[in-house]
Amino acid sequence: MKIPITFGRGVCVLPIAIGLAGCITVNAPEEPIVIELNVNIRQEVIYRLAEDAGTTIEENADIF
Amino acid sequence: MTMNRENSKAFRHAVMAAIAALAITGMASPASAQRDPAYAEARASGQVGEKMDGYLGIVGAETPALRRIVNDINIKRRAVYSKRAQANNATLEEYALTAGCQAILATSPGEKYQAPDGSWKTRGSGAPLRDSRCP
Repeated sequence: MKIPITFGRGVCVLPIAIGLAGCITVNAPEEPIVIELNVNIRQEVIYRLAEDAGTTIEENADIF
Repeated sequence: MTMNRENSKAFRHAVMAAIAALAITGMASPASAQRDPAYAEARASGQVGEKMDGYLGIVGAETPALRRIVNDINIKRRAVYSKRAQANNATLEEYALTAGCQAILATSPGEKYQAPDGSWKTRGSGAPLRDSRCP
């Protein structure tokens, strides 16, 4: 993951006028990183809420 | 006079007993609250199932009766999720998803639940197929 990003930045900085095509190749490898980060955050949140959610289900047995 | 005094004494006892009974049932109701018979039947027969997002879903063909049951339950669930999410500094979706993890885990054998690929599964004796983020 790190290699394409550093390479991409180098490409972007140098050709300022024709840099558009180079910038697209930079954006593509960044996307999966963002998604993975969101997954990790969500899992942390789920773990934090798990006990409370379990109690909520027990206390509202008529709607679960 | 004596009769009146006895009556008021009896009345006071009755009031106190009523208050005590109310307090006991009030305290016991959350734990002993049971599913509505129509909901319990729809659940047991696999017509409704637990979705990954923490809400109830219709498994097979939709009927007005099933839609009414599911909407009623989901409106109530959403209200509870909203309150608990706020208390835990979480979003409604985060809390609902967590509850979905737990509700699927709590299904009994024979009941329906939604697997991570979106398909409906019948709960067996083993662990249910859940989202990889579920605890």
